[in-house]
Amino acid sequence: MAEKLLVNPIDCEGHGACAELLPEAITMDEWGFPIVDPRPLPPGLERNARAAVSACPTLALRLLRS
Amino acid sequence: MTQDTTGAATELPRLLPPPEDKNRNAHDWYAHTDRYGRLPYRERQGTLIADVEAAGLTGRGGAAFPVHRKLQAVLEAADKRRRTPVVIANGAESEPASDKDATLLWLSPHLVLDGLQLAAEAVGADTAILYTHVNRGHDVGARLREALQARQAAGVDRVPVQLATAPARFLAGQETALINHLSGGPAIPTFMPPRITERGLHGVPTLVQNAETLAHLALIARRGPRWFRGVGTVDEPGSMLATVRRADGKPRISEVPLGIPLQDLVGELGQDRAVLLGGYHGTWLTGSEARKLTLDNRSLAAVQAKVGAGIVITLPPDRCGLVETANVVRYLALESAGQCGPCLNGLPRIAAALAEIAGGRFGKHGTRPQVLADVQRWSGLVAGRGACHHPDGTTRFVRSALRVFAAEVDRHQRGRCSATVRQPFLPIPKDAARTEEDWI
Repeated sequence: MAEKLLVNPIDCEGHGACAELLPEAITMDEWGFPIVDPRPLPPGLERNARAAVSACPTLALRLLRS
Repeated sequence: MTQDTTGAATELPRLLPPPEDKNRNAHDWYAHTDRYGRLPYRERQGTLIADVEAAGLTGRGGAAFPVHRKLQAVLEAADKRRRTPVVIANGAESEPASDKDATLLWLSPHLVLDGLQLAAEAVGADTAILYTHVNRGHDVGARLREALQARQAAGVDRVPVQLATAPARFLAGQETALINHLSGGPAIPTFMPPRITERGLHGVPTLVQNAETLAHLALIARRGPRWFRGVGTVDEPGSMLATVRRADGKPRISEVPLGIPLQDLVGELGQDRAVLLGGYHGTWLTGSEARKLTLDNRSLAAVQAKVGAGIVITLPPDRCGLVETANVVRYLALESAGQCGPCLNGLPRIAAALAEIAGGRFGKHGTRPQVLADVQRWSGLVAGRGACHHPDGTTRFVRSALRVFAAEVDRHQRGRCSATVRQPFLPIPKDAARTEEDWI
C-alpha cells in the first residue's frame, strides 16, 4: 500500500534529520525547514522513511497510508 | 418538509432592514417577529438539512463550503461517537476591510440567533456559542446581550447561548484558532486533522458557521429552498452581504445577489483602476478584468479570484497600489501566529522586500536588483506549508499585486511613484501583537 509523508508544521522546529535521512522525498528550504514531496512515497523508500519519522526530535513527521 | 408557498422571491434585502426603515428598530425582538414571523422549529433532528441542501446554501465566511455537508458531518459524528455536539456562530470577521458580520449582528441580531437555534436543533446540539470581535465602532456585545434577554423573556430559545469575544487578531476567526480560544487557549490555529466536525470544542463534534450563513439558514427554514433560489445564479444561489469601499474609504454594506456585475457594486471601472477582491487574503484585479466579471466563483475562477467574504475595494487613482500592498503585507506578517517555520521566516522577508520596492530603494540606483525575484521565490516557497491558510492567502495577495501593479513597479525602479496622497487607504489595525497575552 502506498504511503505518504506528512509534516506537522507547528511541531516542526527544523532540526533537519528527516532531510538527511530521506533526501529523495524531503529537501530543506533556505530557512532550514523541510519541503516534503506531497506525492505517494516511491517503492523501496519505506525503510528510510520510517527512519526519518523516528529520528524527528519533535515527532513532527508522520507516515500515512494514502 | 417546508411549505414552499411563497415561491421564488427576488426582493432584497432579505437579511438587513429595508432602506426605507426609518424606525431603526430592526434589532428589536418584536420588529423582528413582525417582519419574519416565528421561529420555525422542525421538532426533529436533521430535517432542516435537506432544505439547506436543496437551497444550495454555502458558507458566507469566505470558503463557500456547502452548509448541508457540514451539518450532515456533525450529525453523523454525533451519532457515531454518541457525543452531543456544539454549534458556534462565527461573527469574528478578521479581514480589517470587512464589516458585514458586525453590521448584520448590529442590525439583525435575532436572525443570526434564530439560525443558531435552528442549526442546534438540526444537529442535536445542547450548547450554542456566538463568537464576535470586541466592538469596532458599535457595541455589538451590548446589543447581543439585550437580544438574548428579549428572547429569554419570550421563551424562544431552546439551547442556551453563550457570548464569547475574540482577541483583535487577524487569525482569531480561523476555525481551529476559534476552538483553541474557546477551550481557554490563545486564538492561534492548530494543525488538523481531526476535523472539528468530528472533534472540536472539548473533543465533541462541532459545527462552526459564519454569522451571515446562519441568518440565511433561518430564512430558508421559514421560506423554503425555492424562495432562497429566487436570487443568485443556478450554481451559486442566494444573496450575500458585501463590504464595498470606494474612493472615500468608508465601508458600505449591501446585500446583493450572487452573480451581480462588479461594476454594479463599485461603479464604472476605468482600465487603469485596480480592484481588490476578497480582502487581504484576496486578489488584486485590473479595472479591465474587473469590469467583465460578476460576483460569483464561477466567473472569478477565470482570474484565479474568489468571492470570499464579499469584500470589494476600488483603489483611488491618487494612491499607489504597491505602497498599499506593502503596508498590508507588513500587517499580515506581524499577524502570523509564528508557529510554522515557513510563515515565520517567509512573511517578514516578503514584507521587507515589498517595503523596499514600494520605497523605491531598489533597481538601478538601489542595492538589490534581485529583490523582485526574491519576493516571487519566497511566495512560492511558503504557500501551502502552514497549519492554516495564512501564508497561502498572503502570497496570493502579494503575487496578484506584482502582476496588477507591474507598471508601478517599473516606475518605482526609476525612483518614481504615482501616488499623490501619502495617507494610507486600506485600513490597518493599529496594534500588532507583542506578547502572548495579545492572543488571549
